Amino acid sequence: MKLTGAQMVCESLIREGVDTMFGIPGGAILPLYQTFHQYPQLKHILVRHEQGAAMAADGYYRVTGKVGVAMATSGPGATNLVTGLATAQMDSTAIVAITGQVSRGAIGKDAFQECDITGVTLPVTKHNYLVMDINDIPRVIKEAFYLAKSGRPGPVLVDIPKDLFTEEAEFIYPETVEIPGYNPTLEGNMSQIKKAASLINSAKKPVILSGHGAVLSRAFDEVKDLAERAQIPVITTLLGISSFPETHVLSLGMPGMHGVAYASMALDQADLIVSLGARFDDRVTGKLSSFAPNAKIIHIDIDPSVIGQNVRTQVPLVGDVKSVLQTLIPQVKQNNHEDWVQHIEEMRINHPSLRLKEKNNLTQQYIIKKISDITQGGAVVVTGVGQHQMWTAQYYTFSQPNSWVTSGGLGTMGFEVPAAMGAQVGKPDSVVWSICGDGGFQMTLSDLATIVENKLPIKFAIMNNHFLGMVRQWQHLFYEDTFTATQYSGNPDFVKLAEAYGIHSFRVTEKSEVDNAITDAMEHDGPVLIDFMVDPEENVYPMIPPGESVLEIVEEPTEEPTWR
Amino acid sequence: MAIGEHTLVALVLHQPGVLNRISGMFRRRGFNISSLTVGQSESEDLARMTFVVQGDDATVEQVTKQLYKLVDVVRVTDLDEDNSIVREMALVKVSATNQNRSEIIQISEIFRSKIVDVGVETVVIEITGDQSKIDRFIILLQPFGIREVMRTGAVAMSRGNAVTAQIDNNVSGASRVNNRPKDYDQNL
Repeated sequence: MKLTGAQMVCESLIREGVDTMFGIPGGAILPLYQTFHQYPQLKHILVRHEQGAAMAADGYYRVTGKVGVAMATSGPGATNLVTGLATAQMDSTAIVAITGQVSRGAIGKDAFQECDITGVTLPVTKHNYLVMDINDIPRVIKEAFYLAKSGRPGPVLVDIPKDLFTEEAEFIYPETVEIPGYNPTLEGNMSQIKKAASLINSAKKPVILSGHGAVLSRAFDEVKDLAERAQIPVITTLLGISSFPETHVLSLGMPGMHGVAYASMALDQADLIVSLGARFDDRVTGKLSSFAPNAKIIHIDIDPSVIGQNVRTQVPLVGDVKSVLQTLIPQVKQNNHEDWVQHIEEMRINHPSLRLKEKNNLTQQYIIKKISDITQGGAVVVTGVGQHQMWTAQYYTFSQPNSWVTSGGLGTMGFEVPAAMGAQVGKPDSVVWSICGDGGFQMTLSDLATIVENKLPIKFAIMNNHFLGMVRQWQHLFYEDTFTATQYSGNPDFVKLAEAYGIHSFRVTEKSEVDNAITDAMEHDGPVLIDFMVDPEENVYPMIPPGESVLEIVEEPTEEPTWR
Repeated sequence: MAIGEHTLVALVLHQPGVLNRISGMFRRRGFNISSLTVGQSESEDLARMTFVVQGDDATVEQVTKQLYKLVDVVRVTDLDEDNSIVREMALVKVSATNQNRSEIIQISEIFRSKIVDVGVETVVIEITGDQSKIDRFIILLQPFGIREVMRTGAVAMSRGNAVTAQIDNNVSGASRVNNRPKDYDQNL
């Protein structure tokens, strides 16, 4: 069967199970777009900025587990994808980005809208391709999807010159991939699993540190099994949130810089850390030399390079978290760790990190707690980056597996709008809340148009403090209240802005209005935007200052921290 | 080997952009390499690269893992100093006069190097050996006035039967290269 390059791309995408793509056309990719009408099973969602295409594809992957697809034209279209690709690379999420390139004869000649996008994206993709022969298109797309979703997932970019789209060749779709340099280890090594089991069986104060790998491998049942079988408390990293139900008695929540005190303390006092797809980021460990001084570490990860990268490991265990746990769990003896669990319960009571303070002002903590209560912890929650992200991590009680979408590694502000869009497209029947900062929201709000166009009933809650709140907090704590370039005094009227897009919107200024506002938003059939006018001076606590140990934790903002 | 120089040999796909991927990884992860060479292997579609890396064992372990993470890298071996051959070639252009030319030739003979060009005022010498031999050779020539030095960087190979990455030409496709040592996961 002879096909054009453009038809080959579409046929390949269909064979990879793609039904939704996010993108914007332009000169170099136009011949591909002009074939879409032949393939009605491929739904293209026209975004307003290519950054939104990459981040929507990311949000889509995170909630569905299906590779997200982003498309852009050459040059500026392609470079606009970069922040989204970097976000995906840091958080190990599977995206395939397809970009148009100038025709082969023009490559390297600074042609109009030419950019070496494979060169640009080298450090922010798992792998990328510049296709120079039409016969390579099916193989490259097959490999791109395989690389993106297998092993430690990540973004893959495929750059295709314009003239390939209109050439014709025989279309043969390969059944398998053969990549000699790529062979991820999925099953754990038996003798290492035995060692892990014996460490778990002899531990007195074990904790599970559950990270994004547990979510990505969908090991929800296994994490729960392991925790319950040996009564091991579960700490979830920022991206590990929703790998274990926070309503569970063994759930401790998030540790680290803005984690709850008892989770950080449990890590500090543990004699064994069972790490499930976590990578001991500096926001979790703080000062490495004093991190978990008494703990042995079983480090389970699909990526060998993160094992031993930051912390010393007693049992390195390369493999897929779900697969490794399935082999490991039968070797773990039932246990109750009564004293340890009891001790942690006491820490939880003595260090009530999540107690809401009796204040009359409208705080983000209060709003997020209310959203959590009213949605019964069952919504898909998307955030941007900063104070509202930390408070959502703290105060939203996630009861459903894989219901949390946030940019953890790269910390990408503006993620909240397009990622929510991708999440709602991926899960049309779920309630999706996008908790936004007024700073991040203004970076990507152009996709409100896309949301309206596609009738996506996302509920936006803007935590409007007229500040880059987290930066302001650091200026307060570490720079003697010198608030340089953090105040947003010229914010638009977000309610009017939303209305201009045709989005139902209202403003909340009083605590007493919060319940009704959230309920109204839930009852409205369509997107809603609530502009919450929150206290600009609230700071996120607990806080372990950067580079310090858990001993330096400041739990309550009642007095000035000693390290200020 | 503890802190110092490690010689790594990698088998990589012989494709455009591979060198860029590898050198880019070294740069962005902050690894120090003192030399990098690349050339065709015994198989048409595979190339061998030799890196000389500065660092302790933990650094070399990270370098190895990060190399494996690149899709185009098939196999990486950290060569044991005592059990491998490391060679570098250099061309050295040195000032020569009628008075001292014979002295230069004498030194060259001691080092088993080859005079490849004799000019009115210069001599070009080709020398092969391990890095320290070439270092010493250059030091000895310095008094004559060195005009230009061009070193290739090290290439290396293990002694005896061991092959840095076995290619089985009887099998087709990916499986013809065993891409990871069997004990790799245990020895992390």
